[in-house]
Amino acid sequence: MNVPAAWYLVLAAVLFGIGAFGLLTRRSALIMFMCIELMLNAVNLTFVTFARTLSDIGGQATVFFVMVVAAAEVTVGLGIVVAVFRRRSSISVDELSELKG
Amino acid sequence: MTPLLASSDPLFAHGVTGVVILIVLIKVLVGFGALMGAVTIMIWFERKAISDMQSRIGPQRWGPFGILQTMADGLKLIAKEDLVPAEADRFVFKLAPYLVLIPALVTFALVPIGGTLHIAGHAVQLQMANPPMGILLMLAMSGISVYGVMLAGWSSGSKYPLLSSVRASAQMISYEAALGMTIVTIILATGSLTTHSIVDVQGGGIWHWNIIRLGIVPFVVFLISITAELNRPPFDVVEAESELVGGFHTEYSSIRFGIFFLAEFMNTITMSAIIVTLFLGGPAGWIPNVAHLKWVFPIIWFLLKTTGFAFAYVWFRAALPRFRYDQLMDLGWKRLIPLSLGWMLIVAGFLIAPAWGFLMASLVLLSWILLSRAFMLGQSRESGVEAVLPTIGQRPIPGAVIRRLTDGES
Amino acid sequence: MSAVAYAVPSILIFATAAVLILVGAVGVIALKNPVHSALSLIMTLFGVAIAFVAQSADFLAAVQIIVYAGAIVVLFLFVIMFLGVDRRQHANVEPLVGQRAFAGVGVVITVAGLIALMAKAHWVTGAMSVSTNGVALATGQGNVKQLGTAVFTTYLFAFEATAALLVIAVVGAVLLARRERTLQSDEVEV
Repeated sequence: MNVPAAWYLVLAAVLFGIGAFGLLTRRSALIMFMCIELMLNAVNLTFVTFARTLSDIGGQATVFFVMVVAAAEVTVGLGIVVAVFRRRSSISVDELSELKG
Repeated sequence: MTPLLASSDPLFAHGVTGVVILIVLIKVLVGFGALMGAVTIMIWFERKAISDMQSRIGPQRWGPFGILQTMADGLKLIAKEDLVPAEADRFVFKLAPYLVLIPALVTFALVPIGGTLHIAGHAVQLQMANPPMGILLMLAMSGISVYGVMLAGWSSGSKYPLLSSVRASAQMISYEAALGMTIVTIILATGSLTTHSIVDVQGGGIWHWNIIRLGIVPFVVFLISITAELNRPPFDVVEAESELVGGFHTEYSSIRFGIFFLAEFMNTITMSAIIVTLFLGGPAGWIPNVAHLKWVFPIIWFLLKTTGFAFAYVWFRAALPRFRYDQLMDLGWKRLIPLSLGWMLIVAGFLIAPAWGFLMASLVLLSWILLSRAFMLGQSRESGVEAVLPTIGQRPIPGAVIRRLTDGES
Repeated sequence: MSAVAYAVPSILIFATAAVLILVGAVGVIALKNPVHSALSLIMTLFGVAIAFVAQSADFLAAVQIIVYAGAIVVLFLFVIMFLGVDRRQHANVEPLVGQRAFAGVGVVITVAGLIALMAKAHWVTGAMSVSTNGVALATGQGNVKQLGTAVFTTYLFAFEATAALLVIAVVGAVLLARRERTLQSDEVEV
C-alpha cells in the first residue's frame, strides 16, 4: 500500500548528512542555523516513519515537541546573531574567536 | 489514494473513477473561473464604491457603468514593457508574484459555497476540496502569502520596497498569532477541522452562527487580524504611499504588477469568503421550498454574505485613516493576542461546564488587570523619567504637557 | 482496492518528496546568497510535509508548514533583510586546511553507519506503544485525536515544559536583540 519505510529512513539519513556537511563547512551563522533545521527535519522524518511502522503515536508526539524546541532555538539563536552583528557587523563564525586561549 | 484526500470528502468514498476525476476537474475550473470573474468585478466595485464615498464618478467609459474598466486596465498592463531592475535578483523577482497569487487560490478552494449535490450517484460537495486539515491549510497558506510580499520587496534591490517587505513580514507574523488563536476557538466549538463541518455546525439558524454563539469577540479579532494579514487599509503600512512610494511592488511593472494587483483583490474576496465560512454559517440561510432549485439558494446566501464583507473592506478603506506602524504592533501584540487567548480560554471553559467557564472568565479578568498594569509601567518607562512624574502639586499634568515631555521635543 | 493499485501513487509521492527534500537541502548548503538558501530550505520543508502526509501524520504536516515555513523561515528572512547580510560575498577560502574533505568523509561514514544500523537492527515497539493500544495510526481527523490524546496525557509534562521553554526563549530573544536605550536615542533626532 505504501512505499517501504526503509526508503524514507534512507532519505532522512541522507538529509541528515547534507545538513551535517553544511554545518561543518559553511561559515555564516545564519546558514549554519538552516543546516541545523535540515538535521532536525531529518530526525523528524525518521520519527514519523517509525511512528507509522510501529503504530505508535509517540513518534509523532515527539516530532511535535521537536518542532517547538526548534522554534525556541531559532528565536534565541537569531537573537544572538542580531546581537553579534550589532557588535562586529559580521556573522561569520570564524571571527568569533575571542575566547580562544 | 493519499490519506489527505481520503477521509472527509464523500466523493472519494467509492474509489477514484473517471467520473470522479471529471467532477473534480469541473469543480476546480468553475471555482477558479468564478473567482477570476469575481476579481474583475471586485476591482470595479471597489473603485466605484470608493468614488461614490468620495463624491467622485469613478470609472465610466468602458461598458455600462464602467464595468469593463478592469479588462481595459488588464489589457493595458499586458501591453506594457516588462521591466526587471538591474539591481534585482532576477529569479526571486519573477517568482514573487506567483507566491502572492497561489495562496489566495488555494485558500479559496477550501470555502464551501453551497450544500451537497447528488450527481450520477456521487455526493458532490460544492467546494473545491475538503481536506481533513481544512482550516489549518488556510492558516498555512496565510503563512505562505508572507513570502510573496517579502521576497518581492527584497528582490527589487531598492530601498523602499525593502523597508516595505520588512514591515510586511513583521506585521503578518504578528497578526497570524491572533488569527490562529481565534481559529482555535472555532475549532474548539466545532470539534472538527474541516470547513464543511464548521459550516454544518452553524446550519441551524442564525443563533448557531459562530459570530453569536462564540460571542462577538472572536469575530472582531478575526476581522481585524485578517485585514492586517491582507495589508488592506487601515493596516496598509506595507504600501503606504506617503512613506514608501508604492510599497513592495514599486519596481514591478506590466503583467507582474498586474498579478500583484489581482492577488490583492483575490485575497480580499477569499478572506471575505473565509470570514463568512467561519462566522456567518457560510451558505446557511432561509431556503424556500422550490422543487429542483433548492441547491441554488445556499449559493445565493453565500454570495450575498461575501459581497457584504467585500463592501465592508471597501468601506474600511474609505473611512479609516492608516495606522502608524507602532500603533499597529501595539494593537496586534498588546491587545489582540491577549484578548483572543483569553477568549479562547473562556470558550473552552464554557464548553466543559458553566462553572469552569466562569472560573476561566474571572482568571482572564484578573490577568487582564495585571497585564494592563504591566503595559502602563512599561510605557512610562519607555517615555523617560519626566513622564513618570505623576503630579505637579495637587493637579494632574495636562495631557498636552505630558505629550510634549514624552514625545522628546527638544 | 488491492494493494497494488495504491503502489504507484505512493511511489510518486515518495519521489516528489525526495526530490524536493534533496534538491532543497543541497540548495541550502550550496547557494551563496542566504535568501536563496532560505528559499531552498522552504522547498525541503514542503518535501518533508509531503512525506508526513504520506505517512499519516496529517496534523504534523500542517504544523510543519505553519510553524516552519510560516514562522521560522520568515524569521530567518527577516533577520537577513534586517541585518542586510544578503549581498555580502563571503570569502570562499578554507581557514582550516582540508576541512571540507574531513567533513565529507565524516558525513559519509555517519550516513553509512545510520543506513547500516537501519538495515541490521530489528525494530520492536517499546512500552509506549500503549498510547494507541496497538491500533494502526489513523489519518485525517483521527490523527489529530490520537496525537492530542497522546500529547495531553502521556506527554503532558513534556508539553508543559515546552511551554515554559517557549516563554523563556521569547524573553531571552527580546533581551538579546533589544538595543540599550541611551539618552541619545534615535527618536530624539527626528
